[in-house]
Amino acid sequence: MIDVDIEQRLGDFHLDVSFAAEAPIVGLFGRSGSGKTSIVNAIAGIATPERGRILINDAVLFDAERRIDVPPQSRRVGYVFQDGLLFPHMDVHANLTYGQRLRDARDRLIDETRVVELLGLGGLLQRKPRTLSGGEKQRVAIGRALLAQPRILLMDEPLAALDSARKSEILDYIERLRDELAIPIVYVSHSVAEMTRLADAVVVLSEGKCLAVGAVDEVIGRLASEPEPDRDDAGSVLDTHVTAHDTAEDLTTLAFDGGELLVPRLDAAIGDRVRATVRARDVSLALARPADVSILNILAATVVSIEELPGALVVVRLAVGGSTVVARITARSSRQLGIRAGLELHAMIKAVSFDRRSVGYA
Amino acid sequence: MTELSADEVGILALSLRVAIVSVVCSLPFAILVAYGLARASFPGKTLVDAFVHLPLVLPPVVVGFALLVLFGKRGPVGGFLDEWFGIVFAFRWTGAALASALMGFPLMVRAIRLSIEAVDRRLETAARTLGGSRLWVFTTITLPLALPGIVTGTLLSFARGLGEFGATITFVSNIPGETQTLPLAIYTFTQVPGGDPQALRLSIIAVLLSLVALAASEWLTRRSAHRQGHDRR
Repeated sequence: MIDVDIEQRLGDFHLDVSFAAEAPIVGLFGRSGSGKTSIVNAIAGIATPERGRILINDAVLFDAERRIDVPPQSRRVGYVFQDGLLFPHMDVHANLTYGQRLRDARDRLIDETRVVELLGLGGLLQRKPRTLSGGEKQRVAIGRALLAQPRILLMDEPLAALDSARKSEILDYIERLRDELAIPIVYVSHSVAEMTRLADAVVVLSEGKCLAVGAVDEVIGRLASEPEPDRDDAGSVLDTHVTAHDTAEDLTTLAFDGGELLVPRLDAAIGDRVRATVRARDVSLALARPADVSILNILAATVVSIEELPGALVVVRLAVGGSTVVARITARSSRQLGIRAGLELHAMIKAVSFDRRSVGYA
Repeated sequence: MTELSADEVGILALSLRVAIVSVVCSLPFAILVAYGLARASFPGKTLVDAFVHLPLVLPPVVVGFALLVLFGKRGPVGGFLDEWFGIVFAFRWTGAALASALMGFPLMVRAIRLSIEAVDRRLETAARTLGGSRLWVFTTITLPLALPGIVTGTLLSFARGLGEFGATITFVSNIPGETQTLPLAIYTFTQVPGGDPQALRLSIIAVLLSLVALAASEWLTRRSAHRQGHDRR
């Protein structure tokens, strides 16, 4: 449980946010300059807000009124920085154990061999940071933060400095941490794809204010109607589980409350829970069930609402069984099909619109 | 001709002792002042900065005279130290070390300050979030990363100490075997008829000593820079 209610002025920038979230991974979402890093710094105790309070799992880290300001070294908050910030004069092993050695032995719940194995650091222990690749550095930085025995892990755009292959590698590791160590994570990013893949609850920030707080599917769904560049990746998030693999055609079937989806073959076991992001711009609509189309996923849907966007676009919110799918289409198509609330139609999603970034383990 | 006489060995040993003691005793203060100037912000910082640099721009004789007034047997500081701790600077080799330390101090502080400023503060922040207190972070992160500057500053101050003349002769005079360091001995020989060959021999020793100090500085800087992995960001 993280509970943040703070106000802070940094030059022209005015941060004033209040939110509480309880989830394995809480996402702080917003573009650069929205105040994400300021919040994380306040949680870590690097920056001091003028007003408010910060609680993590009922432990008070900061309370301006009660004059509580726990120094950073006593907060037990693991901070993974954008660029790793490994200590250049120490080898990987010394970096990893820097924080561990400073904690009481009885507080050491996260074990070194476990972390080394979990993050695949075995072969790197004697190396100096300058000889590591970007992805390796970030893995060491995560391990270092974990071994300091934190009660919460803060990750500030940990993928920003990495290429896309490394990104998905680190995402896999973060998912393993969440599943195996059960440590709450605050994940900061401006990427809708990362948010939908990792976060369970999302806090949307803009210009130092908190715009929305909620479950990832709700919040990201709402972003589709934002007249912002972010909307290109926005859409709906479906909670699914794997029901079948078609090895011959390299496809995986995912079942969810509303039907089934075919996606490119996933590396997951039957029965695994998987979160699939359906981008609003990848959904097209048809009044009759189309025959002879290449599109593999055709779902029966009911229109819930229509919203007009600047640029002659509309966002159509659909109920598919118990799930919500959002489609973004042109105003012209909407007019020609006569789309209105309550209309029953078919939503079509190409299987290839799902990629590794939009489908992740839940 | 190449053998050193007993007198010459004595002069050399005294000079080295004065320079080494001055450097060793001033290093902790220099690190403290450099850290304060690099990292802290406090009222009067500019004034402290100017004061530290004063020996660099003042005539050394003025510094020597100030030491004489303050640290002389009847000076306010000198009298106090003598009475309570039995430490005497006036006309002793310790006074020569004090003069050297003061003259080399700005060079030492400057080099260390620059290298502390070059240490990425966010590394210190990262270490704090990992559970390190300010002092622990300073000793395990800041100091090791600033090592090249500390080495450079120490050797600069050491070389400056070996060459110290004006402040030393004003403060502790020119007493053979007690305060007569290499430069003072050279000066003495040049004032004596027929002393030029002696002055030349000592000058050559001074040149060799300086070269060794420079080479050592270069070697140590490279070694410490290598140990912490060049790209210090």
